[in-house]
Parts: sequence; C-alpha cells; structure tokens
Amino acid sequence: MTHGKLHGTGMNPLTAKERERFDFAVIANWIAPGEHVLDLGCGDGRLLRYLNENKNITGYGVEIDDNSVLGCIRNGVDVIQIDIEGGLSGFEDKSFSHAIISQALQTMHSTERILGEMLRVAGEAIVSFPNFAYRVNREAIAAGHMPVSEDLPYEWYDTPNVRFFTIVDFEALCNKLGIEIHERLAFDVFGQPVTDDPNLNGSLAFYRLARKA
Amino acid sequence: MSLENSVGLVAPQRFCHNAPLALKGGGCLPSFELVYETYGTLNAARSNAVLVCHALSGSHHVAGIHADNPGNVGWWDNLVGPGKPLDTRKFFVIGVNNLGGCYGSTGPLSLNPDTGKRYGADFPLITVEDWVAAQAKLADHLGIDTWAAIIGGSLGGMQAIEWSLQFPERIRHAIAIASAPKLSAQNIAFNEVARQAILSDPEFHGGHYADHGVVPTRGLRLARMIGHITYLSDDQMDEKFGRNLRNGEHSFSYGVDFEIESYLRHQGDKFAGFFDANTYLLTTKALDYFDPAYAYDGNLSAALARAKASFLVASFTTDWRFSPARSREIVFALTRNRRRVAYAEIDCDAGHDSFLLDDAHYHAVLRAYLENIKV
Repeated sequence: MTHGKLHGTGMNPLTAKERERFDFAVIANWIAPGEHVLDLGCGDGRLLRYLNENKNITGYGVEIDDNSVLGCIRNGVDVIQIDIEGGLSGFEDKSFSHAIISQALQTMHSTERILGEMLRVAGEAIVSFPNFAYRVNREAIAAGHMPVSEDLPYEWYDTPNVRFFTIVDFEALCNKLGIEIHERLAFDVFGQPVTDDPNLNGSLAFYRLARKA
Repeated sequence: MSLENSVGLVAPQRFCHNAPLALKGGGCLPSFELVYETYGTLNAARSNAVLVCHALSGSHHVAGIHADNPGNVGWWDNLVGPGKPLDTRKFFVIGVNNLGGCYGSTGPLSLNPDTGKRYGADFPLITVEDWVAAQAKLADHLGIDTWAAIIGGSLGGMQAIEWSLQFPERIRHAIAIASAPKLSAQNIAFNEVARQAILSDPEFHGGHYADHGVVPTRGLRLARMIGHITYLSDDQMDEKFGRNLRNGEHSFSYGVDFEIESYLRHQGDKFAGFFDANTYLLTTKALDYFDPAYAYDGNLSAALARAKASFLVASFTTDWRFSPARSREIVFALTRNRRRVAYAEIDCDAGHDSFLLDDAHYHAVLRAYLENIKV
C-alpha cells in the first residue's frame, strides 16, 4: 500500500534508513551531552553509537541475540548479553540518566516488569513503539488482514513482535503502573509530528517516562 | 595439524630475573626464570603486545610447533596466528609459563639454590598476584610498557583481571573468558579432592618425591580425572560417550566397561606422564586464594574500581565450573564502576573447555573485539 497516495501529500514515506536516523534524532534530542545511558534491545548498537558520536554519551547496550551482540562488538559498542525478560538485577538503582527501549518493547513478554526495571535503574525512561492503532493498521484489520506497514513491517507468521498495543493502551498501562508521562511525540510515516488524534494518525510513538512522585 | 595460518616453527626463550621477588603469601624467591614464546613482531611504538595467560595445565607454548616435536601444537593455536582472531600480523603475542610451573619456568622442579636439590614441596605457594608480578618483570625486560591486551581463559582470565588491578596503567584491554572473580565453595571442593588425591598418594613423600626417584602418578591421575569431569558438560559427555561400552558387554568387574571410564583413565594417564604434582597443588591453591574482593569486604565493585582497562568478558552456556553467572559478577562489578565492558554469553555445548575450541560465533566475537583494538 502506498501511504503517499493515501495522504495525498505527494511526499514519500521515509525510507528505512531515513526513519532510523529520524528515530535516533528524536531520542538524541532528549539526551543531554555526556549522559550515562542504557539501551535495551540495542540491536547492533547503532543507536548507542549515534548517541556517542552526537551526544558524547557513555553506557551499555543490552541484547540477547548472538548476531546483534557480535554487531555491537564490531561497532565498538559495550554490549551486555543478558535476557531482559529476566530483569536488570545486575544494574543498580538510578545508575543511568536514561534507560532507552527503542522499538523493542513490543518484542518482549514481560512488559510491566521491563518498564518497572527501566525506571528503577534510570531516572527517566525513553520508550518508542509502533502504534498498532495507526490508521493504516486499522484499515488492514477492517479489510480482514493483520497489518503490515512501515513501522510494523512483518507478516503475522514471522513477526518478532509479541505484544501489540496502541498509544491509548500504553498510556493506560503507564497510569496503572504509576508511571508519569513527561512527554509524548507521535509521528506519521513521513516523519511529520502528529498532534491531531495521535492514536489514529501516529505510526510511531516516543515517550519520556518517570516514576510518579 | 594444518600449517595454514600457523605461526609455524617457534622456539621457547628464557628470561632470567636476577633480583628477589617478594611473594604475596610471604617469603620471596631470590631470583627466577620464565620460559616464554613470542609470535609476530613488536611494532616501533611498542603498542601491539598481547599477553596470553594460561590456565591450570597450560604453558608458554600457545601457538605453532617446535622443531624437535612437530606433534606438540600450541594449546591455543586455533586462536593465534596470521589471519586468526588473535592475528599475529597485527599483534605481538607472548605466551609465558607461569612461576611455579613445570614447563621450564622456576618452579618445584627447579633447583633450590639453598640446598642444591629440587625445591619440591619447599617451593613457596604462588598466587595469581605473584604470577602477574613476575609477568610484569618479563614485560619490563621486553620493553613493553603497556599491553594492548591481556587474554586468558579460566585461570588465565583471572590473571587478565589481576593485571587490570595491579597495573591499571599497563593494560588497555582485558579479555577474561570462562573465568570467575573467585572460586565458589564447590570449585574449592573439587580442587581439594584433587589435592587430596595427590597428597595421599604413598609416592608423594611430602612433596619430595623427586628425591625418592618416584612420581605420585596415581594421585595426579585421579586429580586430572576429577578435573576433566568438571571441564565437560553433562550433555556433551552424554553425547560423546553416553553409556557406550568399551567391549560391547558388561564385564561385571572393576575393569573398564564404559567408554567414559576409558576416556578418563586415558586423560589421567597422559597428564600424570608429564605434569608435576607440586605444580598442580600450588596452582589449585592459587585458584582458591584468588579473590580481589577479599580485601574489600567481599565488594567486587570496590575491588575493581582501580581497573582502567576496557574489558571483554565471555562465558559459555554449558560451563558449570565457571558458569555464566560468575562472568556476570565481573561484568556488573565493572558496569557499577562505569568501566567499558562487553559481555558475550556463548551458546556452546562443550562446557568449561569451550574456551579452547574454535566455535564459529565465539571466535567471531574475539576477532571483532581484537580487530577494534588500536595499535
């Protein structure tokens, strides 16, 4: 499906590479220079490398996948190979300025535990995820199909995602867990910020979260 | 062996330190010698030296072959060589037989200058700290101020860690594989059984067996058999030997029925044929005593605060002797100090011995890490 036509803007959706840079820039904007950060589900360490190059951060990535760990080591990123589903007990309370989970929360089962652990080890958590209720995804469901879109690019039978949730759902969970939303940004597939009904118009959501005082 | 990517023919060298070395356990050695081998070339900036530390039964012969014994391939030959993960075209690699060893460095088999006889049991107990102190003298001798990296598996990994604590300015990268920050009670228990096997051998003679012209072969053999059980994983042992019978039937005797019995006896016999019992004893004690956190009320993070090196820590999923949890202790003690550390938990079915194998992912991890080291 072609989102350009759908929106009638004439713009093309961001390519995967552009979208990655865009995601990184959004997250970097929330990081102060020199921070100590933890990146959960860090893949091959690209985000940490970007943050190191642009914000001079220190910190660690956490990954379970062998090839991603190898990628991190190739990228010179300090990766710790542990299973996040088992918690982050090796890390001390408030030992990071930010704990980041960039488009990986939906691939993990223990959602509540992970959010809790992020806000234990860091003062603030940064979470980004694909919004399942994005218009195009809703249209796919309405047409009888599981959605395949820019930010949910997998077929139902080979997706690494195990949790499917929306902006509204996520905010309800934050409320239940006593998590305060410091800031939320939602974007469409063109990388444009969405303020009008983000649960419908936002493809990707970014949050800054903290424990309620 | 395939000579492809081999460092080829190598010859051991000898370093004589003609000054006393004070030992952690008290006493001192009036002088000492270390046998070592080198592979590759030290660059002009002297910035490409890598020390390979051996474990319990290893030696200075890390890679290549000796002209007089082409069958004796270095114990980590699959790692070290031109084009191998520890690439001798880039690095100047050094293997050294530790103090107290039995491959030519000063140890229980050496002559005691005070008596003119072999030290035997009179050789002082040596610690990991002493090994590192002696290795540092060799580094001085070779003009190596700072190691690009120090790498070791098991007890070798402990030496890499100890280097980062004793000489934080002299090591840029510490690579500790299948290692632990200290032995557990179970680890010490296995060592103690191994020691008792040797100590209770009638031919041990209080450690002065050389004076009697004998060797406590039975004790050493048993010690090695026990050790071997702990180096392998349950699954791998099952896969390799299962309940396979040596002669196709149950003999209803104490002879060898099962393949695993045959394997252990063979390993024991082989080891007892060349390894020195006193070296085995003191090496297991060095393992038992190693505990950098001991002086810090058990706080490993406090102990590692001195370290400045970047670390690569790797463990193997099926290693129950030094399990991944032990490596994670090292990792999280480092993260608490905000030290640079990468940690890989490698899925390999060969237990503790995995660190000596050439599992593709394991070697890819080492290669990637070593490639990023600037020289």
